[in-house]
Amino acid sequence: MNAVIEAEHLRKTFGELVAVDDLSFSVAAGECFGILGPNGAGKTSTIRMVYAFSPPSGGTLHVLGLDITRQARAVKSRIGVCQQENNIDPDLTVLQNLEVFARYFNIPEAEATRRSRELLRFMALDHRENSRAVDLSGGMIRRLVMARALLNRPELLILDEPTTGLDPQSRHQVWERLDELRADGLSILLTTHYMDEASRLCDRLIIVDRGRLLVEGKPAELVRRHVGRHVIEIADPAEGLPAFLREREVLFENIGHRLIVDLEDGTALYREISERFCDGGCIMRMATLEDVFLRLTGRELRE
Amino acid sequence: MKLYPPLSRRFLRVWQRNWTVYRQSWKISFIPPLLEPLFYLLAFGVGLSALVGNIRYQGGEISYVRFIAPALIAITVMNSSFFENTYASFVRMYYQKTFDAMMATPLTVEEIIAGEIVWGATKAVIATAIMMVVISFFGLIRYPEGLLLLPLAFLGGLAFGAAGMVCTSLVPNIELFNLPVFLFITPMFLFGGTFFPVENLPGWAQTTAALLPLTHLVNLSRAFTNGRIDAGLLPGIVYLAAFAAITFPLALYKMRKRLIK
Repeated sequence: MNAVIEAEHLRKTFGELVAVDDLSFSVAAGECFGILGPNGAGKTSTIRMVYAFSPPSGGTLHVLGLDITRQARAVKSRIGVCQQENNIDPDLTVLQNLEVFARYFNIPEAEATRRSRELLRFMALDHRENSRAVDLSGGMIRRLVMARALLNRPELLILDEPTTGLDPQSRHQVWERLDELRADGLSILLTTHYMDEASRLCDRLIIVDRGRLLVEGKPAELVRRHVGRHVIEIADPAEGLPAFLREREVLFENIGHRLIVDLEDGTALYREISERFCDGGCIMRMATLEDVFLRLTGRELRE
Repeated sequence: MKLYPPLSRRFLRVWQRNWTVYRQSWKISFIPPLLEPLFYLLAFGVGLSALVGNIRYQGGEISYVRFIAPALIAITVMNSSFFENTYASFVRMYYQKTFDAMMATPLTVEEIIAGEIVWGATKAVIATAIMMVVISFFGLIRYPEGLLLLPLAFLGGLAFGAAGMVCTSLVPNIELFNLPVFLFITPMFLFGGTFFPVENLPGWAQTTAALLPLTHLVNLSRAFTNGRIDAGLLPGIVYLAAFAAITFPLALYKMRKRLIK
């Protein structure tokens, strides 16, 4: 058996609220797998079940071949988790944060210090070893949390929104470290609502909404399947454009002051539109995962 | 999601975490248990005892300072463990999300909470040891019987810490700790046989006082401090042990309810 995670008909309810509804997916060893979805889609509820933090209300869930409801402790000792909050120990130094955490896994003291130093080097934090953890920047704290999640040499790394709130430099640094870990064969499960992050990192992903699975696939495949290759965006389109597009039998989305056309090859149409209907801005670009996401989950706010 | 066994020796890892943090700031943590008894002994022992003189206690007469010194130790045991497992534990649980981080490791909720309560009891023992040094300078503790105060502090610390943890499992926000402090801690502080003998109270109040854990802790502390060890102390010890035996598992159960969602 080669799957690190196997979820079948997974369900999670909080009283009346159904957070995860009949969700099935599997993650292969060595894969980087993403769970995408708008706020409240059930991403965090799902991965909390995977790292045995919250018990499933229904369905079955195996992680590293172990039943999560019966062998939670065994699972937890073999996975690494970066939760959404940076829950470091503010009173301790950077190195102490790791050493204290290593004890929870019963890692012997000398070995814990050795691994901690090694991981701080890997995360480019070794120069801050003796700083108090609260004095670190947001990006550094995030890297410290990642280092902490790797102390027990996990077979599966779980990250809940790993780069939310980070500046571009820090995000790229996190991504590079994840690339290196992936190259070493570590399996990764992550949630995110940054589409560029998902495209950049994930071999495969699912998009969920209201607790249910919408689509599953490789990022590029999903873009081709659901949007096409090109997207033309026209700001403040001239009056005749919708009629023109209907005549050409081209599908479009009208969102007030903006009109969006997805199509396989838009080069010819773009020339025509930009000459005849383009008063404001008008661009053609490659379709992205964000187009897929908005297409599938809608544009209304989720709060 | 049950982990078997739910409570293993791993709870010591949580205790160790708090010990590591404590050592970071031990110089500051040392000050209250060092100065508090000094202030009280000065105010009550020197200031008030001029008015009170000697006091009748259990058939004998003792000086007022000798009467309140053991009570100060008992109060410190109560406060250090109860406040550790209410305010301090709540900060770790709610604001620092320390428990969340621990729950993503092989630790169980039961081990986390047990580690916290045993840590609360440990702080009671540390504070007691410091106070004993101060009070011994006044010649108010008889040795070796006085050394029994240390295990007593641990037992009392477990009882009050676990009670505090039950409160922590219930309060929606940190301000609400005022309620158990006002309804539970303050009345005991005043009426638990601390600054005057329980016998001075009307009958119904004496009965009420006998139901409260601090009253027993004060009695035991007084006996150990004055080197008076006899079988009459047994009910008090049994009471404290029973109190802890109820609140400790209750705290684990309620915290599991609160934390596992």
